Amino acid sequence: MLDYITSYLTSNVTPGQAGNVLWAFIYILLIFLGLSVAVIAMNWLERKVLAHMQVRLGPMRVGPHGLLQPIADAIKLLIKEDIMPAEADKVVFWAAPLLVVITAFTVFIVVPFGPTHAVTDMNIGILFMLGVSSLSVLGVVMAGWASNSHYPLMGALRSSAQMVSYEIAMGLAVVSAILMTSLGQASTGTLSMIGIVEAQQAQQTWFLFKFFPLGLIACFVFAVAMVAETNRAPFDLPEAESELTAGFHTEYSGFRWSLFFLAEYSAMIAVSSIAVTLWLGGWLRPFPTWLSGDTWDLVFSLFPGFTFLMLAAVTFFNTARMPRHPYFRIQTLGLAGFGALLAVIGIVLFIPPVRDRIQDIFWFSAKVAAFMYLYIWYRGTFPRYRFDQLMKVGWKVLLPIALGVLILTAVVGVF
Amino acid sequence: MPEATKYLSHLELGEPDKTFLDSNELIINMGPQHPATHGVLRVILKLDGEKVLGTECVIGYLHRGVEKIAENRTYTMFNPYVDRMDYVAAVSNGLGYCEAVEKLLSIQAPPRANYIRVILTELNRLASHMLWLGTHALDIGAITPLFYTFRDREEILKIFEKYCGARLTTHAFRIGGCQYETYEGFEKDVTNFLKFVAPKIDEYEELLTTNRIWVERTRKVGFISAQDCIALGVTGPVLRASGVKWDLRKAQPYANYSEFDFEIPTGQNGDTYDRYLVRMQEMRQSLRIIEQGVGKIPEGPIMAKVPKVIKPPVGEIYHSIEAPKGELGYFIVSDGSTQPYRLRVRPPSFVNLQALDMMVRGQLVADVIAVIGTLDIVLGEVDR
Repeated sequence: MLDYITSYLTSNVTPGQAGNVLWAFIYILLIFLGLSVAVIAMNWLERKVLAHMQVRLGPMRVGPHGLLQPIADAIKLLIKEDIMPAEADKVVFWAAPLLVVITAFTVFIVVPFGPTHAVTDMNIGILFMLGVSSLSVLGVVMAGWASNSHYPLMGALRSSAQMVSYEIAMGLAVVSAILMTSLGQASTGTLSMIGIVEAQQAQQTWFLFKFFPLGLIACFVFAVAMVAETNRAPFDLPEAESELTAGFHTEYSGFRWSLFFLAEYSAMIAVSSIAVTLWLGGWLRPFPTWLSGDTWDLVFSLFPGFTFLMLAAVTFFNTARMPRHPYFRIQTLGLAGFGALLAVIGIVLFIPPVRDRIQDIFWFSAKVAAFMYLYIWYRGTFPRYRFDQLMKVGWKVLLPIALGVLILTAVVGVF
Repeated sequence: MPEATKYLSHLELGEPDKTFLDSNELIINMGPQHPATHGVLRVILKLDGEKVLGTECVIGYLHRGVEKIAENRTYTMFNPYVDRMDYVAAVSNGLGYCEAVEKLLSIQAPPRANYIRVILTELNRLASHMLWLGTHALDIGAITPLFYTFRDREEILKIFEKYCGARLTTHAFRIGGCQYETYEGFEKDVTNFLKFVAPKIDEYEELLTTNRIWVERTRKVGFISAQDCIALGVTGPVLRASGVKWDLRKAQPYANYSEFDFEIPTGQNGDTYDRYLVRMQEMRQSLRIIEQGVGKIPEGPIMAKVPKVIKPPVGEIYHSIEAPKGELGYFIVSDGSTQPYRLRVRPPSFVNLQALDMMVRGQLVADVIAVIGTLDIVLGEVDR
């Protein structure tokens, strides 16, 4: 048994490729847990960051600085009454959130958090991701239709039209990135997610900077399309609160609604990981060629630990700023404990074997986190597009740009 | 026939476009419980897909019978009720009512009272426009301006609270002047506020005026021509954005507005974007008025000589002022007793709301929200 586990640890392939079912299962569990934690953290961060952009405090009551707010919300949603409208199509109404959440989690099978840190490596990885993630449209349409109500129906129609049309621009941008994998010394074209990152390693450039500014434009097109794809501001028409109450999930509440919520956030993480994999070098650390050598490798491998120590420092700073009143004692202790936990994690991340295996995941997550911050920033800044304008942007702006970039990439690459 | 359809049956509405698909019209209820209808307005929409074929507003969910109440109250007792009509511009309501009764009694508020009145009314105009901006932007999807405007509106409300103890339904004026003398440091507070808020208005403009999405969402949306405005009786910033330079503060000066130097901003296109610009300019003009007023509040009494029991002579009067939302008029019929025989309010929101159908026909659902926002209605005033 132990050999079975250690035999994998020493190998250099993903558990899926090694045929190691146990490790694959462990990875799936880890990803599931990690995603749930990420969604909870993202929920808290979004509320906090948005609040500070809007000169307010955000959640402050449940736990120190509202840290336990997402958990309290989750518990509330779980114990809420399960309401199914009398006029709804029961089976479809039941199946829709499941479909959405399953697709949102399934795509993570091929997301490469590191050269070996993926459940499996498919030779059609990126295709699999795009295909499965676009299945979520089906769940949205099902939800809107099954609710048998006007607002959800309109929300579902909007979202299906939107997701389908932005998928085209998105797909073309992806194709131009895939094309880049075959254009360069010592690399052949690949659709595998790990292969794409390895191609960037081999070509010694992130595709964001390849054929400047073509890679940048393709990434930009993708970054816009992915916001539309996940129905987030400024493209959040399907759930435009001021127009359609809550869009396709108006009739949903409690646990079913929380599944949609979970799916939305994990879809955001999924598309961000595609963007990171294709253009930002996936798990590769910044400046691998400019700041190369053993010393720099060491310095960059210390980043994860330092990040956690810094977070711990911020937490301790805020612990010191907590009001000195018996009422806040438990909160202060909790915050201090949280800081201690972060500090311990930070110190563990300095231990050499952990350090070496964790830094891929760290760089990948850091890049994804940057995209997640952008999502929050957009939401705080932009008004909402109107439906026809949204279509215009999709078909008349993004699609021609993506096509042009694809053709130019091919032309530049060949000559 | 469903209940909502009945409301639409008397309207001449277009038919869905059946060129490509055999489409049916969709009738949806927007409101009375809806995040974007600013209270309890119910709009019944007939839609062809996302296109609006026609609308009908169902109002009265906030009806409190203010006009009928007036017939059972003395003139003084009715004064606080007007604050509850347009509750975001209570000071303007009070000013209109007090001046109407003063006109009926043929008395004049003393100059000091007039200055205080103008300053407070203009502060209230600012507060009302700030609330409009925040909610309008929120309807269009920009959530951040709401918090900025509420932060700054708070400063105005603080001044009101210090002046008369109330923040929203202020009841600041009395028939014949003001009940309260300005508090210690009133002028300093107002001057500080002016300094504080001028850059804030630039900040709102920075967020929205050149924002591509904002411009696309508001330009050529909810167009209404000057003729239609006049035909429907639409007043206020909506009328001015269509290019008509009509502001009662200049056209029929009341209080002592004739002593102030300010401009009437107008637009040309009569669309939502122009209405936005006009209101933003109006906020700056209000600042100008307050700035002029705060330096030269004269000494003297704040109340004219008003009889203890107000018994106006038999007669009728119509007096209107420029409230933040348009012409706010009071028509009072007096039978010589202590109570009005009939009191009729001409609320700007109610009249402006008529234009909704004309402004949104043929446009999209999202525009209905934008137009309701740009009309700047307050349901307390529409229903009374």
